[in-house]
Amino acid sequence: MATSSDPDRTAIVSGDVRLTTQQLSDLADGGAGIIARSGASHVAYVGLGGAMLPLLMFASARAGVPFTPINYRLSAEGITTLIARLPDPLVVVDSRYLDGLDALAGATRVIVSDDFLVQAREAEPAAEFADPDSVGIVLFTSGTTSQPKAVELTHNNLTSYVTGTVEFGSAEPIDAALICVPPYHIAGVSAALSNLYAGRKMVYLPVFDPEQWVALVDAEHVTSATVVPTMLDRIVTVLQQGGHRLSSLRNLAYGGSKVPLPLVRNALELLPHVGFVNAYGLTETSSTIAVLTPDDHREAQGAADPAVVRRLASVGQPVPSIEVQIRDDSGAVLPAGQTGELFVRGEQVSGRYTGIGSVLDAEGWFPTKDIATLDAGGYLFIGGRSDDTIIRGGENIAPAELEEVLVEHPHVRDVVVVGVEDPQWGQAIVAVVVPALGADPDPEELREYVRKSLRGSRTPDRVVFRDELPTNATGKVLRRDIVEELRAAPAEQ
Amino acid sequence: MIKNGTRLASQVCDTQVIVVRSADSLDDLRCGGAPMVELNAERSGELDPSFADGSVMGKRYVDETGAEVLVTKAGAGTLAVGQAVLSLKEAKPLPASD
Repeated sequence: MATSSDPDRTAIVSGDVRLTTQQLSDLADGGAGIIARSGASHVAYVGLGGAMLPLLMFASARAGVPFTPINYRLSAEGITTLIARLPDPLVVVDSRYLDGLDALAGATRVIVSDDFLVQAREAEPAAEFADPDSVGIVLFTSGTTSQPKAVELTHNNLTSYVTGTVEFGSAEPIDAALICVPPYHIAGVSAALSNLYAGRKMVYLPVFDPEQWVALVDAEHVTSATVVPTMLDRIVTVLQQGGHRLSSLRNLAYGGSKVPLPLVRNALELLPHVGFVNAYGLTETSSTIAVLTPDDHREAQGAADPAVVRRLASVGQPVPSIEVQIRDDSGAVLPAGQTGELFVRGEQVSGRYTGIGSVLDAEGWFPTKDIATLDAGGYLFIGGRSDDTIIRGGENIAPAELEEVLVEHPHVRDVVVVGVEDPQWGQAIVAVVVPALGADPDPEELREYVRKSLRGSRTPDRVVFRDELPTNATGKVLRRDIVEELRAAPAEQ
Repeated sequence: MIKNGTRLASQVCDTQVIVVRSADSLDDLRCGGAPMVELNAERSGELDPSFADGSVMGKRYVDETGAEVLVTKAGAGTLAVGQAVLSLKEAKPLPASD
């Protein structure tokens, strides 16, 4: 569609590589030929974000085999372990990650990315139209709480997401999206699909750097971008040093994990001409299922009504093609204002894992394992993962509740709250705080600050300080690592 | 019932669609007055002037039962189920989030 509509439009800018929609399509046909003739049942990619990602996505689809981008940041052992879970794959790998993958050689077909690109230009093309119910993309979850699961997304899941949230060809000719989300994350996959469908030029920044990000916005006249919380934090730091206006930028989306509210307010103030978008979704839901729009942000920022102000901390309203329910432990659907587990339903929702099968219930609802509340206006608030719930003295405590209070303290830059084993309470509440620059917060004062807002039982039993929090590439805090570290040093206060 | 993701072509104009949300009604999907067929099927007939308002590239069309098709190639014919013309689905524009 994108090809027949505007074949000569620049679709991809990735370093020195610039491809029109027609060139991308031709390369995908050639790539499909390589894949089909290899006889592989699956394609895996170990490499950076950039032109290779959309190229391999479309080439795999046209060869009728599923595609899996793998986290190139993992150890060679971690990468080979994941690849071993894929059936008879062709592995395309950036030359820089080839070292250490020797274990694959012999047993598996391996081709270096640059060679694939060269061969795709010459190869006899193939272009099959995949069965819509077949699996198009398999993504490994980040595995921050357990072993990575292989999420299966069908062509129908992915196209439902795109056609349900993006209008074909709706981008202006000058529009450009800056993509710096990891290629192995659902946001990387959905960015390639929805920007191509919208007719928006995709500019790749394969390795995130805030200075380069700001420079690319100006150089390529970038009009929209998506960042994860840690990126937003570093971009805001660069902007605060002055000299950058990002005058072409109209839309800045953030998501991937929870963004501290003070950071959102800072960004809104620094970039008054930019429309902010908070996008919430899961791998299992083929990306975004709820959106807090630019208008929502500005309304919340200027509102007198506390209920509207509060919406700045929400993930907005569900997209039109998604239904949501909040359920209690017994499965009963809860009314607005009450907190429970979020269930979602829609064509874009997969809920299917390799080796596990579908976890959808009989009516097609997917349990997200996220704690959530809907307000009276239908705005969705996410209160963290149900797995992260702390049970202290028999009382269920969502860490997010304490984190939202603590992060507003002027001496706190970032915070995560976890439960650690405790002989008296079962679990004790520990707040791990990254102090604001130059601040030396007093643990007792921070505990008192929480006690004033929440009940006494929700006050941290201990407050400890760190220079930074361990996060993965999408900004997700690695709570399990923190708990293990605290367990190893229980005497520390 | 026709499957989601099925691609169909008009017999009497350039229109091509992909089925986004299927329903029984799509068994009688027509374009330009003639039944739509598989992409490679033989084509015959002529455009009915009373179904010649055209289809628009990239737009979604729906019927009253919720069936939905996406136009992947524009043409001169009007999309209909039987005699009932499909309506253009007005999508609420969402901000770019990818």
